[in-house]
Amino acid sequence: MPDATVTLDALLAPYVELQRDALLPALWEIQTAYGYISPLAVRAISRTLRIPEAEIYGVVSFYSMFHQEPTGQQVVHICTDPACGLKGADDLLRAACARLGIQPGETSPDGGHTIVRSSCLGLCEHAPAAQISRRGADVRSVAPVGDVDRLLAGDAGPRPTVIGGEVRVLLAGEQCQMLDEYGDYAALRHALQHLDPDRVISEVEKSGLVGRGGAAFPTGQKWRFTRQASEQPHYVVCNADESEPGTFKDRVLLETRPHLVLEGMALCAYAIGASKGYLFVRGEYPEAYRTLQDALAEAQAANLLGKRIMGSEFSFDIELRRSAGAYICGEETALFEAIEGKRGYPRMKPPFPTSQGLFGKPTAINNVETLCAVTGIVRYGADWFRQFGTEKSSGTKLVSVSGHVQRPGVYEIVPGLTLRRLLEEYCGGVTGTLQAVLMGGAAGTFLKPDEIDVRLTFEDLQAIGGTFGSGAVMVFNETVDLRDVLRRLARFFQHESCGKCFPCQLGTQRQLEIVERMDRPLSGDYERLRDIGLTMSEASLCGLGQTAAAAVLSALRKWPELVGTS
Amino acid sequence: MTDSPQTVRLIIDDREIAVPEGTTILAAARQAGIDIPVICHHQATTAQGNCRICVVDVNGRRLLQPACSVVCQDGMVVETRSERVVRSRRTILEMLSASVDLSEAPDIQSLLDDYQADTARFPEAARRRYPLYDDNPFYVRDYSKCVLCWRCVQMCGVDAQYTFALTLAGRGFHTHVSTAFEAPMLETVCVFCGQCVGVCPTNALKPKIEYSLEQGQFFDKRSE
Repeated sequence: MPDATVTLDALLAPYVELQRDALLPALWEIQTAYGYISPLAVRAISRTLRIPEAEIYGVVSFYSMFHQEPTGQQVVHICTDPACGLKGADDLLRAACARLGIQPGETSPDGGHTIVRSSCLGLCEHAPAAQISRRGADVRSVAPVGDVDRLLAGDAGPRPTVIGGEVRVLLAGEQCQMLDEYGDYAALRHALQHLDPDRVISEVEKSGLVGRGGAAFPTGQKWRFTRQASEQPHYVVCNADESEPGTFKDRVLLETRPHLVLEGMALCAYAIGASKGYLFVRGEYPEAYRTLQDALAEAQAANLLGKRIMGSEFSFDIELRRSAGAYICGEETALFEAIEGKRGYPRMKPPFPTSQGLFGKPTAINNVETLCAVTGIVRYGADWFRQFGTEKSSGTKLVSVSGHVQRPGVYEIVPGLTLRRLLEEYCGGVTGTLQAVLMGGAAGTFLKPDEIDVRLTFEDLQAIGGTFGSGAVMVFNETVDLRDVLRRLARFFQHESCGKCFPCQLGTQRQLEIVERMDRPLSGDYERLRDIGLTMSEASLCGLGQTAAAAVLSALRKWPELVGTS
Repeated sequence: MTDSPQTVRLIIDDREIAVPEGTTILAAARQAGIDIPVICHHQATTAQGNCRICVVDVNGRRLLQPACSVVCQDGMVVETRSERVVRSRRTILEMLSASVDLSEAPDIQSLLDDYQADTARFPEAARRRYPLYDDNPFYVRDYSKCVLCWRCVQMCGVDAQYTFALTLAGRGFHTHVSTAFEAPMLETVCVFCGQCVGVCPTNALKPKIEYSLEQGQFFDKRSE
């Protein structure tokens, strides 16, 4: 073992009485201490948590941040997805590998470094981005990466949050607000004193709030279904597994307003009748995870969470869970499986989470931003919330802007603002000449320059065949080879497909192969891409597969010459 | 007692059908003599909706629905062979045949014919190739023939045996059936019950005796 001072038994001692849902935390203990998860470690976990070794191995092999082979003292994950690709990520990866004389995925001969190509790290506004896991220590983000020397030295440097926009409802400032600044949980206190759970739900329903994770499902309705479910107990889950390339607004919320998220979860728990919640944060957000740990401890110490909150009858507590690199775990049912200590496979729906969610119990699972929006609704009312935005897109909305603009960052906007104004006024303008905007991330759709007068609302974007999704706005100027963007998107989905259903498991691979040869297409490639895309969109089991061809199909519609029609 | 199940009425391919509540579209169609193809479905294993070969059009919804697991509802209108159903099935079959050795999967072979799938549709496609595991006296594992129906893993686990020698490993196109850390079968908890071999639809799992005879090898039970 690399570090003889830390024994497996000592590491796993706190897990002895625990159940299978402790598997992810146990694997993180091992990964952090040893740099990889050996057969010996799997055997020890198997005995401790009473899970078959084969199944643990299956889980380990599912996640990008868990390693089965020994790694270097530092594992450097370098993102090469679209936003980082624009800012020289490939050169960075090449230079880092050349310096060490290795290929991506390999470890330097001196055992100092392992270099890994990574999917989107959610640091798109600071591109190019990387992340460093140092053995025995926490994972750290590095963005923007200055040069290879500093990267390999593990010099993270400052990463100032860039926020903008016309209003400050969800966002506050660039500094993290801990409890002394955030203050008492005023919305929760107000609800506990003046509103019964049903009233909280009806207020959320009246507000017109729809989910901010991308699917735009009415939040109040979701809560009502969960409250009405007869099975007990009920659970609240916060989906902080933001992994859509180009989306990083939840990261900024988690890093700057952790208590707003926790308060939102408590309000949801009060409304649906839950006493336990899980906050599932992606493995690539180590800073957010640590901030949440601190905030959670503060809230528990102040009795804003825990038993008989603020002297009321209401008790609610939260457990944090940290994923380990798997886009699919942002899919709600895959996320449940991941918490339960299984491979992150999406389940068939129905049954829906509101009746059979986490541990098979009724569950309200909400995106980070959605829960943050609830706090204002409960405190100031649905009418206050509706003063922002349109009938169908009420409330303020966060957008993550990356790529070729002067000021990439997170912007809090009032829906109805045009994309043009967002880019030209808020973001300081496009650098160069605008060629295309990818809306909604890798699972989104492209807009052409003549479409940017569209108003940023769910309904306006839908009307032109676009996507608002999670609010990702990726901007490409005339210097960009759109085929290169499509290659990165196709590679992302090929890498992130869970492999459960045939259309996505096979289609993401076939799509990548054809997109990779776009410069010299074979006769019939256009039709192949279309058939693969339609099959994935219509026949896949979950939202990942159903949108894995969205960007490619939209590019084919707008620029058929990219692949050449035959 | 009025415990008898309610009857639901629906239309499958223009035919009115009545079935007990809780019946899947697949079962209802079979009962009416309408064929819906399957690959991963098996009566002994829990439906997971993996292969999507059984997808059908339901009420013209945007997403096609897996007939193996979607339950019939009153007034449902199901089309089992609409244009987009056929396109999805054919495309899945074409992608599958470009990835996996289907030479010993007669049921899938006949589906390829039925849907006029072009097995050469995807040139330059990566195939899943794995070494053959001949590591125990009972059966051989040739995962180049594996379509990832999951049946063997399900039988080894909670659908039958509770042995848990097998798992799915990796992700996406590179998902594969594995033991813990790819250990040889004799070093695992496998009890050689044979249920995995019995449900394999593609001969990726094959009795050693059959394999030996095919290889022209003399198979002597006593020497194993």
